[in-house]
Amino acid sequence: MAHHDQSHAAHDDHAHHGPVQLSDGFGKWIMRWITTTNHKDLGTLYLLLSCTMFLVGGLMSLVIRAELWMPGLQFVDPEFFNQMTTLHALVMIFGGVMPGFVGLANWMVPMQVGASDLALPRVNNWGFWILPFAFSMLLSGLFMDSGAPAGGWTMYPPLVLQTGSSFPMLIFAIHLMGISSITGAINVIVTILNMRAPGMTLLKLPLFCWTWLVTAYLLIATMPVLAGAVTMLLTDKYFGTSFFSAAGGGDPVMFQHIFWFFGHPEVYILILPAFGVVSTIIPTFARKALFGYDSMVYAVASIAFLSFIVWAHHMFTVGMPLAGELFFMFATMLIAVPTGVKVFNWIATMWRGSLTFETPMLFAVAFVFLFTIGGFSGLMLAIAPADFQYHDTYFVVAHFHYVLVPGAVFAIIAAVYYWIPKWTGVMYNETLGKAHFWLSAIFINVLFFPQHFIGLAGMQRRVPDYALAFADINALSSIGAFGFFVAQFLMLYNFARCVWFRNGMQPATQRVWEGAHGLEWTVPSPAPYHTFETPPQIDEGELTSVHDEFDALDHHRINK
Amino acid sequence: MLTKHVWSRLVALAALLASGAAAAATYDPGQVWNMPVGVTELSREVFKLHMVIFWVCVVIAIVVFGAMFYSVFAHRRSRHPKPADFHESTSIEILWTVIPFAILVVMAIPAAGTLIRMEDMRGAELSIKVTGFQWKWQYEYVDKGVSFYSTLHADSNHARQLHSGIDPNTIPNYLLEVDNRLVVPTGTKVRFLITANDVIHAWWVPDLAVKKDAIPGYVNEMWATVDEPGIYRGVCAELCGRDHGFMPIVVEAVDPPAFEQWLADRKSGKATAIGHGPAPVLVASAGASAAAPSPQPAAPATEVAAAPAPATPAAAADGGKVYNAQCAACHQPGGQGMPPSFPALVGSKVVNGPAEAHIQHTLKGKNLMPPFAHLSDADIAAALTYERTSWGHKAGAVTAEQVKAQRGK
Repeated sequence: MAHHDQSHAAHDDHAHHGPVQLSDGFGKWIMRWITTTNHKDLGTLYLLLSCTMFLVGGLMSLVIRAELWMPGLQFVDPEFFNQMTTLHALVMIFGGVMPGFVGLANWMVPMQVGASDLALPRVNNWGFWILPFAFSMLLSGLFMDSGAPAGGWTMYPPLVLQTGSSFPMLIFAIHLMGISSITGAINVIVTILNMRAPGMTLLKLPLFCWTWLVTAYLLIATMPVLAGAVTMLLTDKYFGTSFFSAAGGGDPVMFQHIFWFFGHPEVYILILPAFGVVSTIIPTFARKALFGYDSMVYAVASIAFLSFIVWAHHMFTVGMPLAGELFFMFATMLIAVPTGVKVFNWIATMWRGSLTFETPMLFAVAFVFLFTIGGFSGLMLAIAPADFQYHDTYFVVAHFHYVLVPGAVFAIIAAVYYWIPKWTGVMYNETLGKAHFWLSAIFINVLFFPQHFIGLAGMQRRVPDYALAFADINALSSIGAFGFFVAQFLMLYNFARCVWFRNGMQPATQRVWEGAHGLEWTVPSPAPYHTFETPPQIDEGELTSVHDEFDALDHHRINK
Repeated sequence: MLTKHVWSRLVALAALLASGAAAAATYDPGQVWNMPVGVTELSREVFKLHMVIFWVCVVIAIVVFGAMFYSVFAHRRSRHPKPADFHESTSIEILWTVIPFAILVVMAIPAAGTLIRMEDMRGAELSIKVTGFQWKWQYEYVDKGVSFYSTLHADSNHARQLHSGIDPNTIPNYLLEVDNRLVVPTGTKVRFLITANDVIHAWWVPDLAVKKDAIPGYVNEMWATVDEPGIYRGVCAELCGRDHGFMPIVVEAVDPPAFEQWLADRKSGKATAIGHGPAPVLVASAGASAAAPSPQPAAPATEVAAAPAPATPAAAADGGKVYNAQCAACHQPGGQGMPPSFPALVGSKVVNGPAEAHIQHTLKGKNLMPPFAHLSDADIAAALTYERTSWGHKAGAVTAEQVKAQRGK
């Protein structure tokens, strides 16, 4: 009995002292981060990894843009150039954007649904610590004689099978990233479905959680497909199978179908959480409830469903039967409807609100504007006969960078500006934040907008050199790339001050933003190491979803 | 030098951005800012579709962004301190679901029509089989007995090497010129049968509007009826390895009688004025420089110039040409290769060993190296002789007879 009491006391002790600090000894501090099962710690680790990978992938894009600065080859061999385009994509998608959103989910999903942690904290730790190994393996090719993978991130056979010793590293790295994504997805689903605070029904869930819930299902549905595809590549190369080799009775186009069955939902995996972030931030700074909460949820669900039946629009040029081309063209065009609904809802949320433009709001508004431009080029790409001209040109490069950078990446940046006062307990420097926004917004357009034109005029993707007519626009684009990269250091400096050099930083209030609603704003700033160890009482005012019909029903009942 | 280039580019860009007039003077707007209208009925249809969907997007953008920026301006807190509290409206939500859907239906109908016409291969009068190789194209005129390879023009090939020291601006149609052009008759429905030998490529000439993947094991079809005689340039559009950016396509459309004449000349091996890229300037001058002092101060970068005087100047000059067109992409103009994927030829055991093994290696390929049996005996002999007598090698010449003897072994 006495023994039992003792251990109980020790447990309490731990809870009250909070996490191990650097002052407790370096070894202990390192072990805290390696063994942590705390969702906030792991959220931080995910975000740091994401930030590192954004820098690595960004440096690769600078190699690309430096080589494309003028015609002729000045800096790198074409083979190395192809390694850069391949790794840039893999690092940015799997290392930058996905861990970025998983980091946000780690931090915010438990706090938004009123849970004490994610449902499976040890799995969460494992899911994170797989990733540094995965990316070391992916990048190890750069130090091999035969070079890193250079067949494009889409890994189309037979070309990818020409990869040297880094080939198995690529495949294994993809497998590990997939495992990590699946563990993260399971955690999000179980937490949201089982650990919501009493009274938080699904249609009262904050929209960031809704979009992440749908994203998690997409991950679980598609990551095993990718794993299967790359495993078949592995056996084709090393074990004599011919899944994708026409000479052995296989089919190289089948790989593309399987890859894009993963790849298209993956596109929405990268953007749905961004929709959630923007749907959280705009109401806060408009001081007005999100317009059309239910239609937002249904739009996300429809987009997720449609994402499974449009994959072959990435392969209009492979020579599909006419019926296939027509089906995929119509299905793809249909995606514009729910996506349009979301954009209209965001604008209707701003309409007759009382808007202020702090840094998170600036990034959110820029998201709506620039993501929609990416949406328009997407609609153009959906028109199959015109796509024959756009396919594999810089028009496509411009399109997907518009939805990924001022889309997904701006949303991650906006989310960090929005929640970092809650995480660290201090306000970031607003002037620096605004400067960062304007530089980013200007340079990103200098970088990617001109690429639409050279794509239409005939410049193909993934080339280190180009015809002379494209020289000036490429130079302009390169200026944008370097400007955008440099501007990000303003943000890093700003955030580093919040985390490590807090002298003179203004403390954050509990609510942080006067228009903010949600359970995360009911805990102190910085958020304690453990939050909601007992389920919170939800005040109606904290709900970010507002429904007329429920009120109408109530009135109706009262009137009866 | 690089710094100078950077500054001159910046100055040019500044001038471009400073005045719209400068832009108009520098650019042929159709060539750099938009999709070409092209020279086939389909390409004009595609251009029209492209412009219609573009303007539809522009109109929607004006309405949507107009509303957004009006709100940003008029509903900011300083002008609109008290927020409204509406948050849904079933009627307006139905409206903005139905209207975009209707616009899409209106767009989908003409798009489907064009697609159906594109896929209609009936009534083709001429079939040309297009095969993608790393990194060149083969064109076979089906049932006409004419077939040839088309590779990047030697001048572009020299200028595009890393640190070549040759300014691409001095090369006409840099990266968009080939040695042998694809010749097609105007006003004739030409069916292209597109496939590949090694990895996936994509055959794309913007003026003909249709792009098709060239996939090993597949034969894809597309068609074009070119209306106007002229030269139409395109590129490989699917990543196909190291030199993906360096396997252009040039289509030369001539009127049907000229085409028939060209076909007959080509078949009988007679010289013809049609279908050739311009005579290479850099290679010729580099070849001449082996005997005479270099006319070009920048010549050191073209490794051909450094080759010792070969046994028979004529054969070696040809050999250099074949080598640069067929071999230099991987083994590099200087023969140093790019180890480990593409081994060096300088000091190589194969190159300096018995001629039979060297010929077999070339005919059959090894590892990443594709077979080169499609080249003529004379071309192979010339290229191998070039390899065996350049870079200090003294392995001796290879004759066309020796190559012939090794075929089929």
